[in-house]
Amino acid sequence: MRQADSRLIDYLRLQGISRRGFLKFCAAMTSAMALPPAMIPRVAAALEQARRPSVIWLPFQECTGCTESLTRAHGATLEQLIFEAISLDYQHTLQAAAGAAAEAARQEAMEANFGQYLLVVDGSVPLGNPGFCTIGGRSSVDLLTQAAKGAKAVIAVGTCASFGGIPMANPNPTQAVAVSDIIRDKPIVNVSGCPPIPVVITAVLTQLLTFGTLPELDFLGRPKVFYGESIHDRCYRRPFYERGQFAESFDDEGARKGWCLYKLGCKGPVTYNACATVKWNGGTSFPIEAGHGCIGCAEPGFWDRGGFYDAMSVTRWGSLKDLAIAAGAGAALGAAASALAYRKQAAAIRREKTSTQDET
Amino acid sequence: MNTHNSLAREALRSIAVKVELSSGNVEPLLHEIRHALAELLREGRGTVIDLKSLPLAAGEEERILQALGSGEIQASLNVFGASEILETAFPGVWVVTHRDEKAIVQGRFIEVTRCPQILCSQDPDIAAGLNRLCAFLEWPADPTRGGR
Repeated sequence: MRQADSRLIDYLRLQGISRRGFLKFCAAMTSAMALPPAMIPRVAAALEQARRPSVIWLPFQECTGCTESLTRAHGATLEQLIFEAISLDYQHTLQAAAGAAAEAARQEAMEANFGQYLLVVDGSVPLGNPGFCTIGGRSSVDLLTQAAKGAKAVIAVGTCASFGGIPMANPNPTQAVAVSDIIRDKPIVNVSGCPPIPVVITAVLTQLLTFGTLPELDFLGRPKVFYGESIHDRCYRRPFYERGQFAESFDDEGARKGWCLYKLGCKGPVTYNACATVKWNGGTSFPIEAGHGCIGCAEPGFWDRGGFYDAMSVTRWGSLKDLAIAAGAGAALGAAASALAYRKQAAAIRREKTSTQDET
Repeated sequence: MNTHNSLAREALRSIAVKVELSSGNVEPLLHEIRHALAELLREGRGTVIDLKSLPLAAGEEERILQALGSGEIQASLNVFGASEILETAFPGVWVVTHRDEKAIVQGRFIEVTRCPQILCSQDPDIAAGLNRLCAFLEWPADPTRGGR
């Protein structure tokens, strides 16, 4: 375990990294955080003073896709550097072979950095039989509540940790819930997506590392900088939507010409994420660019909202009336209907949460 | 250079589906550069545009780079992978591309400036270099004692 007291700049110097290298790192991180390039000097100044935070990472009911997304996506050196810039004191998926020693490291790190460490969680938390997900004989709820007590902030990585995700899908056999359903007294950042875009995960860590503050969040607790606009808002196929040109099947003329995939089930209008700008695999592409509609994986309950290949007008993403208008009309009506559907979705989620809390 | 990224793009291009569209962002971006260049000349203030922040259709980034062309200076920086610093055919307009060690683009900026900051020697590096030179000359390392 490394104490969270060394400065990042000192660490980089020890690695033999020049000031130019540091500036390159800052430029890439500023871009990753979706900050304007004019912020690069401020990021550099803040990072010079930043101290390496201790991070405890708890994976619960998850497929390890979120961890894979971050650690295996393309092994970018700069992202690795962010990993090295934090003191990752515990990640029991990566430390599985260490067994009891890893658990002891977690305990030691939590005590040494009480009140200061970041808690990263991926996976949902089962409220049913604790045996659905135990680590070292302890239930997920127990581990989470104990770790959250000394955390400065909690980062829920992935749709499972953020909103319950696939484990919560009907009939929710494990009674899975999101981190925010259990932890109420700590700041929580939801980095949703199945999995989230790796650079979004690192950018949130970088924001905390750089400015010591949480990013501005939307009503679902997600960083607005990445989740502030819909996939549809930033989609390069949007001009076709506005002209009412839709692919009707995956091999028709419209599909070959790259027309809008709305009628093939694209959930871009009600999905808020950065796929259309940040993209995947080192900025190579994203599902819509590859010819497949967005499945809405960054949104709550995406698994239970009807077929991935059904247009929103026949699924549970919005009202038939509003969305039929979106498909048939053009830009202004479409954007308004999408926004309306999203507001209704938000209101529905709030109502669902309230009713769940009332029931419990 | 055969990089992972360029191989992936090449593979995508080979797919039969041809997207015939434009995000409509290429020409406005070139006008933004025009404004920035005029501002640099008039007020000496530089501008940096992050190309990754723009929604561009497939091939549009290449179109922008093609439109800007290449000028007299091409520099490279080797730290955390290669970075290319290229003055375009329009003096004062630079394209700075940061790649990681696997040659994947981590950031691409259009800088409208007289010289990108990353090309300039940096004070901490100058100080470290001075110390090394002093050691080589067996001269006291204190930089305030430059002569005797």
